[in-house]
Amino acid sequence: MIPTAYFLVLSAVLFVMGTVGFLVKKDLITQFMCVEVMLNAANLAFIAFAHSASSLNGQIIVFFIITVAAAEAAVGLAIILLVYKQRKTVKSEDISLMKG
Amino acid sequence: MNIPILSIITFLPAAGSLLFIFINRKQKNLIRYTALFIGIINFILSLFLFFQFSGQTGDPQFVEKAEWMGYGIQYHIGIDGISLLLVLLTTFLMPIVILSSWNSIQEKVKEYHIFMLLLVTGILGVFVSLNLFLFYVFWEAMLIPMYFLIGIWGGKRKIYATLKFVIFTMFGSLLMLVAIFALYSIFYKTAGSYSFNLFDYYQLVLNPNIQIWLFLAFGLAFAIKVPMFPFHTWLPDAHVEAPTAGSVILAGVLLKMGTYGFLRFALPLFPDAAKKFIPYLAALSLIGIIYGALMALIQKDVKSLVAYSSVSHMGLIMLAVFALNLESLEGAVYQMLNHGLSTGALFLCVGILYERAHTRLIKDYGGVSRQMPVFAAFFLICMLSSVGLPGLNGFVGEVLCLFGIFQSSKLLAILGVSTIILGAAYLLWMYQRVMQGPLENKKIMTFKDLNKREIGFLVPIIILMFFMGIFPRPFLRKMDASVHKLLNQIHRSETYFVDKETAIIIPESASGIESDSQIKEKGIESENNE
Amino acid sequence: MSDIFWLIPLIPALSTLILAVFGDRLPKKYISFQACGAVFVSFLISLYSFIGLLNISPEQYPVVKNLFTWIHSGNFQANLSFQFDPLTAVMTLVVTAVGFLIHVYSIGYMAEDRSYSRFFTLMNLFTFSMLILVMASNIVLMFVGWEGVGFCSYMLIGFWFEKHSAANAGKKAFIVNRIGDAGFLIGIMFIIVSIGSTEFANINHAVAGGSLSPGLVTLIALLLFVGATGKSAQIPLYVWLPDAMEGPTPVSALIHAATMVTAGVYMVARLNVFYTMSEAAGFIVALIGAITAVYAATMALTQNDIKRVLAYSTISQIGYMFIGCGVGAFAAGIFHLYTHAFFKSLLFLAAGSVMHALSGELDMRKMGGLKKYMPYTYPTFLIGAIAIAGVPFLSGFFSKDAILTAAFANGQYVIWALGLSGAVLTAFYMFRLIFLTFHGKERIQPEAKKHLHESPSVMTVPLSILAFFSVVAGYAGLPVVLGKNVNWFQNFLSPLMHPGHEAHLNLTTEWLLIGVSIVVALGGIWIAYLFYLRNPQIPHRIAARFPFLYKLLVHKYYVDEAYDTVFVKPAIKGSEFVYQKFDLNVIDGAVNKTAAGSGWLGKTLSYLQTGLIKDYALVFLLGTIILLGLLIF
Repeated sequence: MIPTAYFLVLSAVLFVMGTVGFLVKKDLITQFMCVEVMLNAANLAFIAFAHSASSLNGQIIVFFIITVAAAEAAVGLAIILLVYKQRKTVKSEDISLMKG
Repeated sequence: MNIPILSIITFLPAAGSLLFIFINRKQKNLIRYTALFIGIINFILSLFLFFQFSGQTGDPQFVEKAEWMGYGIQYHIGIDGISLLLVLLTTFLMPIVILSSWNSIQEKVKEYHIFMLLLVTGILGVFVSLNLFLFYVFWEAMLIPMYFLIGIWGGKRKIYATLKFVIFTMFGSLLMLVAIFALYSIFYKTAGSYSFNLFDYYQLVLNPNIQIWLFLAFGLAFAIKVPMFPFHTWLPDAHVEAPTAGSVILAGVLLKMGTYGFLRFALPLFPDAAKKFIPYLAALSLIGIIYGALMALIQKDVKSLVAYSSVSHMGLIMLAVFALNLESLEGAVYQMLNHGLSTGALFLCVGILYERAHTRLIKDYGGVSRQMPVFAAFFLICMLSSVGLPGLNGFVGEVLCLFGIFQSSKLLAILGVSTIILGAAYLLWMYQRVMQGPLENKKIMTFKDLNKREIGFLVPIIILMFFMGIFPRPFLRKMDASVHKLLNQIHRSETYFVDKETAIIIPESASGIESDSQIKEKGIESENNE
Repeated sequence: MSDIFWLIPLIPALSTLILAVFGDRLPKKYISFQACGAVFVSFLISLYSFIGLLNISPEQYPVVKNLFTWIHSGNFQANLSFQFDPLTAVMTLVVTAVGFLIHVYSIGYMAEDRSYSRFFTLMNLFTFSMLILVMASNIVLMFVGWEGVGFCSYMLIGFWFEKHSAANAGKKAFIVNRIGDAGFLIGIMFIIVSIGSTEFANINHAVAGGSLSPGLVTLIALLLFVGATGKSAQIPLYVWLPDAMEGPTPVSALIHAATMVTAGVYMVARLNVFYTMSEAAGFIVALIGAITAVYAATMALTQNDIKRVLAYSTISQIGYMFIGCGVGAFAAGIFHLYTHAFFKSLLFLAAGSVMHALSGELDMRKMGGLKKYMPYTYPTFLIGAIAIAGVPFLSGFFSKDAILTAAFANGQYVIWALGLSGAVLTAFYMFRLIFLTFHGKERIQPEAKKHLHESPSVMTVPLSILAFFSVVAGYAGLPVVLGKNVNWFQNFLSPLMHPGHEAHLNLTTEWLLIGVSIVVALGGIWIAYLFYLRNPQIPHRIAARFPFLYKLLVHKYYVDEAYDTVFVKPAIKGSEFVYQKFDLNVIDGAVNKTAAGSGWLGKTLSYLQTGLIKDYALVFLLGTIILLGLLIF
């Protein structure tokens, strides 16, 4: 039996990697992948807790997250694709139309 | 009474505007006739209201009550003598403004009339609501059509003017909303039940300290609407930029919502706070009278001159309201009607001139009388009504207001009398520069005198001016009992208040409100006096 | 007596309504017929009611006809009700009789005017307003007439509104009157608050009963008198009357003789109890009257405009009426009002006839020697002048003498002396007018001379009738020296007059006073003869000798200019300044600044919005960490 703490450490490491990656990388695709990593880090933590607490609630939430992530991926990638088609770039610095 | 006549009158214009869905926007005249028809029907219905209304009691009549959203939010309407007259004024002016914009509005005719009808519903709703929530809904709802009326069909600076108007008013009314909810929660804490009912609130005696804040919140909303000095600057802008019909409604009815609000809500709900603030408010009103008149004296634009004259007149009405006695309140209500008629009529006259010359500057006119003698006579009568010449309506209201003020404070009345001098000065001077003098301007020589439509909408006003000047009693009698009741409510004494509570409820029997039978006796007495 | 008298004001009202609605669509002949007819019918009813009044005992005065309750709210009640008593009878008879003659005269005078119907509408309205004023049984209704005549004067003075001067004069009349009205209105409020009624009967009863404190009585009396100074053109509110000459001449006649200016005198007589109860108020009334009488007369000395001379003479004569009222001789004041109505309307109409003959010329320097061209106008004008100058056996003599005698009898010697010096001046300037206009060398412009003609009979007949009355009207009130009960006029009015401190002189003194009056009047005429016929150089020499005085008089003491600089200009300049600096900058500025401030704030804060997703994420992260930290610690 692997202790829950190990899973949590792994989850934390993954989450930090995702966050840092999102902040550091300039490419929208990479940033997008980082978000996925963060989501899955959260999933891992949920599963770990669910397992240790012998509750199904955490697993149900994970299913939700996976579904949402799939939808998000679809929409997100579509947006990125459109942005690329229009502006010929996927660098996040170049896309700042919302600037005040 | 099984027919919900009051609801019909209130919502007929709004419902009527739905008819326009079925009318092609190109059939402009059909649209105009439909709107006019709705207006006239509504006026006839409200005449019925007038004749059915009993002046013997101060209680609201034609009451309709139904649950709406729960939690005390009810559809509760009814009219007493004061709101009756204001409803009548509104429905009377509606067909007139529709007629007045027959030619001047050529673009987006359909939308124009839809907004106009919605506006009327909003205004009527304000006057008939007895539930504070409902009142607030109408109060805000009425802003939207007015916003578009000025913003779409206005003059050069229409966007500025309309935004100023709406934001100014909103600013006040949001504070009022807070105060309404404060009242709501205080009532819940005290009585243990939810209510937005005005009469429930009337029985609530509030801690004077709380009253101060609530009074200020309500008072600000109404003071902006009136407008009292120094919240008046939206008025000239709005008037100058608004289309004629907008100005007429604005001066004729919209401003009355402020005075009405003071009479119906701010003063009777918070009598103790009101009494504390009355000296200051009276001083502001007095400043408004003189200030408005002096500003009117030097305006170069006819419309803003009339707008400033409104500030002056409304100052007198507010001063009378704050004098808080029978004569002054009746005078104030009567003067509200008069101001609606005479200032409305002045705006109509200015509109008639504007349609011909497309300028509002006084210096562009001169000698118009020679070219348009019939118009000159009508304009003169409207002006004299505004000046308060005896025989016309303005005098009755003015003299009652001044007499009422005089009973409360001789000094204020003596200073307030300056209005009859200054009023004559600015209006006569304007009339001289616009209508008299030599006819030199080539453009004016092409002016045509009034056509049948213009005579058609001015004549009812003129007739009513004479009628109200010579026979004011039918109107005064209708409001007598209501004003009595209102005064009793306002003069409730502070002694009911038990220390350290936020509020208490007093039963109606102990509230010092005169019972109906007493009022009836008074009514009979006054009948006998004739 | 029957109470048919309530129709007296309503008939001109009905006529006004018809004329106002149909206007120029009616034929001219019909318009003049209806307008004159309405006033004439009113006159007949007045006469009928007057006769009825003679047949009832004084205890039954006044006869009141209440039509309906007009305004009623709380303590404020005013009825639409008319009353008829001797004072009303005198006033209605004067108003309708003189008014009728002026209406008839106008048919000729206004024949060529293009606003014929408007003129007669307003003339009828004017008569109606004045009748309301004199017949009202309560003070609020009186105020209706009071304001009504003010309005009509505005319309009629500014009748030829294309002329700036006419429009200005009309406006000035209305606004100056309104200043007086404001005082009057405050007085009314004091009355209602302290007495609780608006009816004259109740007011007189309450004041005579002493239910008001003396101070309050004086205050009310003075406030009402402020109104009277406005309407009756006394110091300091007389300035509108000379300018009122801008209107057509019949209007001037109507304003000066029958209606309007007499309103103040009527009001003081109607509420005489105030002025007898308060000696101070009475004295102030008499003093203002006396000062005005002399002051206006001095201004008349140097005017060259024929109508202006008459205007100042009106102001001066009204001053006499107030002297009478002020010293408690109300009957004498009203008596002078009544005689003055005849000879002043006569003078104005005759002056109008002169103008008519000279194609609108008003300047006396361009007249002279008209005697032979105007065989009807000259004698009638002369009769009017003699009457106003106070030469014995004509009406003006009796009434003016009654006033001066009363002043003397009450021990008001200063006022008597002022009145007497005013009488010299009156005689002088009236005959200056006669000599310059009708006698001496012809100075008529050649252009005007071509059209020189005597006026048509529709104008000269009213002149003759008025001349007749100017002679005989005085015999209604003969002085006491001729017998105890010969002053019928005073006896008729006495039931209405609050018994004051009426002093009696012995007959010798009375005769002496009459002698002084006669000497004064004849002396004034003689000086005028000396100055303007015998030796026309004298006036010029005097003017050269006292240039300052002369200039002061010619410029009417610079009062118009002073009012302009002190009141009008500062009001306009000040308002302009306040509007620009305060209204637009401070009040509206605050509003606009607030709006601009919100805009600036929004704009500034929006710089935080970089549009870079990474910045948002970073802030988001920081926020999460802070929140987590707060939760944990």
